[in-house]
Amino acid sequence: MSNPAEGTRTLVIERVFPHPPEKLWRALTESPLLAQWMMNNDFEPVVGRKFQFRAEPMPNWNGVVDCEVLIVDPLQRLSYNWGVGGAESGLQWVVLWTLTPAEGGTHVRMEQSGFRPDQQAAYQGANYGWQKFFDGLERVLGGGVG
Amino acid sequence: MVFFVKPANANPAFRALADPTRRAIFEELTRRGEQTVHALTRYAGVSQPAVSKHLTVLKRAKLVRHRHEGRETHYRAQPDALAPMVDWLNLYGAFWRDRFDQLENLLKRMEP
Repeated sequence: MSNPAEGTRTLVIERVFPHPPEKLWRALTESPLLAQWMMNNDFEPVVGRKFQFRAEPMPNWNGVVDCEVLIVDPLQRLSYNWGVGGAESGLQWVVLWTLTPAEGGTHVRMEQSGFRPDQQAAYQGANYGWQKFFDGLERVLGGGVG
Repeated sequence: MVFFVKPANANPAFRALADPTRRAIFEELTRRGEQTVHALTRYAGVSQPAVSKHLTVLKRAKLVRHRHEGRETHYRAQPDALAPMVDWLNLYGAFWRDRFDQLENLLKRMEP
């Protein structure tokens, strides 16, 4: 779940799917397909495009994820901001999808990282790396971070 | 099923610890136990008013507690306040694994 190279805490999920990258790319970037496995959305694969994922509202969450497309690198990389709870008081992450051809299919890596934009400089440039902090956190709490 | 963190719960801890000086102070308290503002000031290498300000933010996030003894104020870490951050990691992990499963189902249904 961590990415020591960047010195920041990152949530990483990886899986090899027995399908070609072209098909994965469609599932990731065509709005109606994306809706079938993620959430309803008005996504378009255009850098700078603001869009939303919308789910059923629930307590403490209005069901909206505010996003902006950051990277569109066809068949290889896709990235967008991921904001929950509004611009002022909410939390901001960056989601990065990386597709790599693998034997018999495509290796898919999803990486979710970051904080509010105004905090990124602070924590990325910090002497006390986020990774180190979370290592301490795991120690303090006696593990439990999957 | 969509899993989401409750931002209202995790936010104060995330914000308080996004600052490197505050993180350093908090780490020092978890490593070495209770300390005075003076000791923390020597450790942090910034002015005492600055340290006091940082401690106030940590206190508001419930990451530290304080007590007065004579003219000194002693602070100690409250690591339980980190629980919402751990929840965040666990919940989002579950969320994405669930999405991956649904993606896999969709890929099976799609034309080759």
